[in-house]
Amino acid sequence: MSSKTSIVLTGVGGQRVVTAANILGKAAVNGKINVYVSEVHGMAQRGGAVICTARMGDVSGPLLASGEANSIISTEPVEALRNITYANKKTKVITDINPVVPFTVAVCGEEYPNLDDVFKEIRSRAILYKIDALKIAKDAGAITAKNIVMLGALAAVDILPFKPDVLLETILDNVPEKYREINKKVFNDSLKAIKKS
Amino acid sequence: MIEITEDNVGKKILLSGNEAIARGALEAGVDVATAYPGTPSSEIADTFSKIAKQATKQNKDPGFYFEYSTNEKVALEIAAAASFSGLRALTCMKHVGLNVASDAFMTYLYVGCRGGHIIVSADDPYCHSSQNEQDNRYFAIFGSAPMLEPTTPQEAKEMTRIGFEISEELKLPILLRTTTRLNHARGPITLKKLQKSRGKGHFEKDPLLYTVLSTARARHLILLKRIKQAEKISEKSPFNEIITIGKPKDIGIVTSGVSVNYVKEIAETLNLNVKILKLGMTHPIPRKMCEKFIKSCETTVVVEELEPILEQQFKAIAYDIRSDVKIYGKTTGHFSRLYEYTPDIVAEGFSKIFNVKNPYLKPTPPKLKLPSRPPALCPGCPHRATYYAVKKAAPKDTVYPSDIGCYVLGKAPPLRAVDLLLCMGSNAGTACGLSVSTDQKIVSFMGDSTFFHSGIPPIIDAVHHNHDCVITVLDNRTTAMTGHQPHPGTEYDGMGRPAKLIKVEDVIKGLGVEQIEIVDPNNIEETTAAFKRALEFKGPAVVVSKSPCILLELQRKRIAGEEKLIYFINQEKCNQCKICIGQFGCPAFYYAENGSVHIDGTQCNGCGNCVQICPFDAIYKKEGG
Repeated sequence: MSSKTSIVLTGVGGQRVVTAANILGKAAVNGKINVYVSEVHGMAQRGGAVICTARMGDVSGPLLASGEANSIISTEPVEALRNITYANKKTKVITDINPVVPFTVAVCGEEYPNLDDVFKEIRSRAILYKIDALKIAKDAGAITAKNIVMLGALAAVDILPFKPDVLLETILDNVPEKYREINKKVFNDSLKAIKKS
Repeated sequence: MIEITEDNVGKKILLSGNEAIARGALEAGVDVATAYPGTPSSEIADTFSKIAKQATKQNKDPGFYFEYSTNEKVALEIAAAASFSGLRALTCMKHVGLNVASDAFMTYLYVGCRGGHIIVSADDPYCHSSQNEQDNRYFAIFGSAPMLEPTTPQEAKEMTRIGFEISEELKLPILLRTTTRLNHARGPITLKKLQKSRGKGHFEKDPLLYTVLSTARARHLILLKRIKQAEKISEKSPFNEIITIGKPKDIGIVTSGVSVNYVKEIAETLNLNVKILKLGMTHPIPRKMCEKFIKSCETTVVVEELEPILEQQFKAIAYDIRSDVKIYGKTTGHFSRLYEYTPDIVAEGFSKIFNVKNPYLKPTPPKLKLPSRPPALCPGCPHRATYYAVKKAAPKDTVYPSDIGCYVLGKAPPLRAVDLLLCMGSNAGTACGLSVSTDQKIVSFMGDSTFFHSGIPPIIDAVHHNHDCVITVLDNRTTAMTGHQPHPGTEYDGMGRPAKLIKVEDVIKGLGVEQIEIVDPNNIEETTAAFKRALEFKGPAVVVSKSPCILLELQRKRIAGEEKLIYFINQEKCNQCKICIGQFGCPAFYYAENGSVHIDGTQCNGCGNCVQICPFDAIYKKEGG
């Protein structure tokens, strides 16, 4: 029996999505699971849409097919929907509820959709988990730790082939000493937040 | 201690393809590494830089020499000289970098190397961060270079390590050809022992090392013999292997690079009974192995991104051995010459060829119309201020040739400051050409790293021929787009050692440019006036717009413990003229639902340039950050 876990991590350049993907990959290695991660670099880092993928288990490479994601985690609601092609009915889509409006809305007259419509369409194609990642990060005292909130939420939905503790330990190994307590709080608060909903 | 330099044999760590290449070179005891940064290759060089900087800080010898060279050609020449001296060398560049280095590359293969030398070409199918998606496997065929193509980061490390041995055996540099999905993929790597480097080498004089006339003819013959010998290595190479899925009979799939991953997984998912010929040494291909493979197949499918290079070679072999094997691929319309492959693309091709159902859901984009989110010049980027000033100074029909770097993001509305772009340095060359071809005003742009890379010769052309154009150097003190690497205009080098800083304006003075304007773009009024003077001048004028990259400036402030400034709009004073959004286009500005204009404090980087452009004095510094 082959087992594969495919995760899409998405968001906006500057929200540390690439860091989250890297930590997830390292956690898999620590959990003795085969893993491949893909990242975006260069142009996509200047506020553009970012997509990373992580695949674990009996996989040969980091890219997944349409509908193959076990989970999509997004630090921005529109970016979660943008990548919905990777979802199937059982996919757990976890998204932060706080929009980052791209400059094309103000400058080029494009429209940022109504958030309820965004959530409605995600719900029609997958299982939606909403989370106020910004609030959890802020309350813990690290506004930039939204990416860690998303990892905590991912650990809560029972799809990772290793225990949440492995992920938390990997996170703590990869942040400077002085931020460890904050990251631990962010991760645990997020874990609880998703379990409640 | 950096994880990548751990000498812990057998340990598994997660590395990107780029880091894995650097690790492979360290396991081969590389002596000299050179590069010009370019996505997706940059982190190979950045890894050497990081290790060297740490060693420099601790007053230790990192065991190798590393530099970010002025351009790819210089990088290749420096590494080639190291090889001639008996040392092991590595040169990294993005695919289009090899165009720049190709003059050296083509004849280097004639001369041949001494110490092992790996030349990494990082190709970019889909143009994720590039101006084209040229297939550099043609360079291996073009120049007769042995070529290796890794499938995973682990294989990238092994190919680099073993590539040095192959290079020394053949006395030829090896082209290690990668693609973005390898360079920027992470996977588990098993560490092998680090090898000590050699220190200094010695140059042994040999008349065959300079190619002129008769030696060049003699060298071509030697090159052909060596590439014949390379074929023997390819026949025995463990990088070329047959993988069986199910119980294969007469269906074969030929593939290489990252496509191997998709082929393997999809063949398994579809329960196909196939044998996969995975080619890792793709030039020269193992001809006998390929002949045997063709003979054992009724049907062969070739899966390779971009050009049909393996496909054409397999057709040629099939013809030579009088095989009537059916070969599916790009010429039969089942696979495309365009873009990067994905599992969906390979599954779709297989479903048509093997007449089976595609196992994946049909790709379905969202129904809701979503706003596009292209990358943009950062809030506080000095390039935005320069562009705003130019637009104020120049007539409407002005043409703006641009170049490779962050500043190309100025193409977006409202600035629209990019009209033309070919390659590194082309801004000034095309500016010269436009000045003789049209009566329009010309203002071109290049970054400081691009200026040193290949921007100087066209300025010489402009001066010598008195071309009437304005050439702008956007001097932000770094190679910003690729990750802030140093260049000849910085006071430190890639090993973190103090280096002689070459000032852009000093070079320009030396070139004989008569009209030189040196401005701080954060003073928009003065910058506008400078561009007006430059535009009025008959003949070539150069504007040097000097202000550090905002990301470096923020980093400096963080380290110094200085507060980041934030600005806000006094709604009572704001007249909603929209200049800040509609003409300046800083992404930190947004409209509230009632149409009022605001600054997003989490995005504002505190440059304060919006204060200068607001006609109603409505923008203020937030007290207390």
